[in-house]
Amino acid sequence: MDDGVGGKPLLTWALHLSAAILVVLWVLPTFGLLVSSFRTGDQIATSGWWRSMTTQESQLPPIRIAGDEVARDGAFVIEGNLFANAATTVSAWGTSSREPQAFEPGAVADLGDGQTLTVDGDGDFVLSSPASFEGARLPRVFTTAATPPEFTVQNYGMVLFSPLAGQSIGQAFLNTLTVAIPATIIPILIAAFAAYALAWMDFPGRALLVAAVVGLLVVPLQLALIPLLQFHNSIGIGKSYLGIWLAHTGFGLPLAIYLLRNYMVGLPRDIIENARVDGATEFEIFVKIILPLSFPALASFAIFQFLWTWNDLLVALVFLGTSNEQQVLTANLVNLLGSRGGDWEILATAAFVSIAVPLLVFFAMQKYLVRGLLAGSVK
Amino acid sequence: MNPAFQAVLTIVIGVGGCIGYFYASNLFLDKVVFPARGPEAGRNITRANMVRPWLFLMPAIVALGLYLAYPVFASFWLSLNRDGTFVGLANYQQMMSEPKFWESMRNNLLWLVVVPAASTAFGLLAAQLTDRIWWGNLGKSLIFMPMAISFVGASVIWKLIYDTRPVEQSQIGILNAIWLRFEGGPFSILLLKVLPILFLAGFGLIVALVAWSFVRPLLARGQSAATIPLGLFVAAAALWLIWQCASGILGVLTTTLNYGQPQTWLTIPFYNNFFLMVVLVWIQAGFAMVILSAALRGIPSETIEAAVLDGANPFQIFFRIMVPQIMGTIVVVWTTITIVVLKVFDIVLAMTNGQWETQVLANFMYDKLFRAFDVGVGSAAAMVIMLLVTPILVWNVYNARKDMR
Repeated sequence: MDDGVGGKPLLTWALHLSAAILVVLWVLPTFGLLVSSFRTGDQIATSGWWRSMTTQESQLPPIRIAGDEVARDGAFVIEGNLFANAATTVSAWGTSSREPQAFEPGAVADLGDGQTLTVDGDGDFVLSSPASFEGARLPRVFTTAATPPEFTVQNYGMVLFSPLAGQSIGQAFLNTLTVAIPATIIPILIAAFAAYALAWMDFPGRALLVAAVVGLLVVPLQLALIPLLQFHNSIGIGKSYLGIWLAHTGFGLPLAIYLLRNYMVGLPRDIIENARVDGATEFEIFVKIILPLSFPALASFAIFQFLWTWNDLLVALVFLGTSNEQQVLTANLVNLLGSRGGDWEILATAAFVSIAVPLLVFFAMQKYLVRGLLAGSVK
Repeated sequence: MNPAFQAVLTIVIGVGGCIGYFYASNLFLDKVVFPARGPEAGRNITRANMVRPWLFLMPAIVALGLYLAYPVFASFWLSLNRDGTFVGLANYQQMMSEPKFWESMRNNLLWLVVVPAASTAFGLLAAQLTDRIWWGNLGKSLIFMPMAISFVGASVIWKLIYDTRPVEQSQIGILNAIWLRFEGGPFSILLLKVLPILFLAGFGLIVALVAWSFVRPLLARGQSAATIPLGLFVAAAALWLIWQCASGILGVLTTTLNYGQPQTWLTIPFYNNFFLMVVLVWIQAGFAMVILSAALRGIPSETIEAAVLDGANPFQIFFRIMVPQIMGTIVVVWTTITIVVLKVFDIVLAMTNGQWETQVLANFMYDKLFRAFDVGVGSAAAMVIMLLVTPILVWNVYNARKDMR
């Protein structure tokens, strides 16, 4: 398509600029969380993620001095460096929270009882005292320092394997996978047979059934929660994986039938008629001709259903228990929001673990997703 | 049993069972019940073909009936009962007496107006922009991306944006970081007072125009029984919206803004609703963009060329030539997002859980059902959601039947 603005350079630039602004606005929130998931808790708490790419001059959380003392010149001395990151530069420091910027780098602070502390610009410190530090509480140092950008992957290790809010995200990840895969595959088959019947077989009541499917597309599943939970309890399924697979299958069917039927109706009539004339049974026609030809529609629906079951919260809350073996990622994330609401390194990382798979599926299969949307934009 | 093993087993049993059922039942029909042999071969084939569709449809009909159709009636029945005894409309009465319910209704109405409108508008804008540039497909992908993110994940993403720190610490939420840049000078007044007022006034004006163009033909044509309630409803909704706009303008004029103070965005009553809506708009705009972009490409280029020859400017071309031609698609997008909005639950649960006057119907219902264990009132709330969806349901079925003919 041409640029539609008659080749005026100014308008073209405005076009590019506004498109860029819109795209940046849409990507920025996710990007911020992604960057945050690679920063330590201290870094997230002291500066916004948008400043993590540049060297930061900020007041750091207090650091308690630690190290082994050595006896030198009749005094006990502890030497070391305050920072793990060697490129940090101290611009001011102090020993109390009231005066965190009391001293220049290299100055000597008198801590009383003959104790002295010196902190250099590169974070090297020397603490000396006439008496041994054995058993004493070592002082805290408040620093204002320039920290170069630094990123870590330790959040991911922690979130995946150590239990937070009673459950490790790794376990929740497996649970979600356990829910999503059967709940994606099973409705496809059931729907495909039904869609074929609705598209290519003539029988009384067909139009009525199609209309019913369209109607059921928009029935809010909120209505189904209590009756179905009661039903599951009465037949002995209760809150279990079997229950949620059945529920997702039922809830996914209208869209599946609708999408597949719309696609199958468009298949060339000749192929099917010829096969019928050649004596193929309906079952053979379906398996050997319709299914292979409908692959794009099947893929579209599979992606929809997978994204929907992976991202679902409501159905999981109602039809699954809250135990370690059953809680899914979204439910775990909601719990974390409640119990660890301020620990952004955990929240950001957990959220990213939960959206990584859908994003992967999205970018890999976008073509089918768009095709499916265009075919069935009713739900 | 290990759930992963159970899952594999379920897939095998499910898939194998489905194929087995279809294969065996077809075989049974053709070889045993109505065999295509013997003196009645011809008649048997016809009869087998009459039964076969129902074999293909059976599992789907059973599943749909049990998991979607039956619950509608069961919920309705539950909403008329309390602890196993029939109480008529008492549950509805109790629900209506709760202020939280009316708060949910008000918020849901706000969501219903703002989210579909904003999503469609942004989607249209994005489609229009990205269709004309060489890196448009990349841009489309990125705007479409939030579609794949769960509502809960999106809530975490936006909570970080709305995060608040005490004033002496540096802000880690980008919204507060931007907010603290404003200090009350002319630039701030322009951006935070004049612009919102213009926006609200414009929105109110559009609502008034749309409502008037809708009601006027009803008045002129002489009233038939069916159109009066519809006209009244549209007029009432429009008046309510205009009232909201007017009070919003008044609010913007009278409030003194706390410059220099970090805000806890999600606890500011009324306005926090909009901060929650932003999340859904962010997710849904990509969907609107994809559909509308396809519709825009389907517009015959002759109509646009004719408009260019007649000297129309780009805005005229867009609003007078292109938008009317894709009106049908806009309606589809609008209704689809409306349904999503009616069911919105995860975002509110994860971000505020209905506190600070942000309750919506779906979360109100969840509260009643699974926290207060009040099945009657919870089911009544579910029926209200169903009632709100019904017009769209009827409209969709009507259109589908029209297409089939």
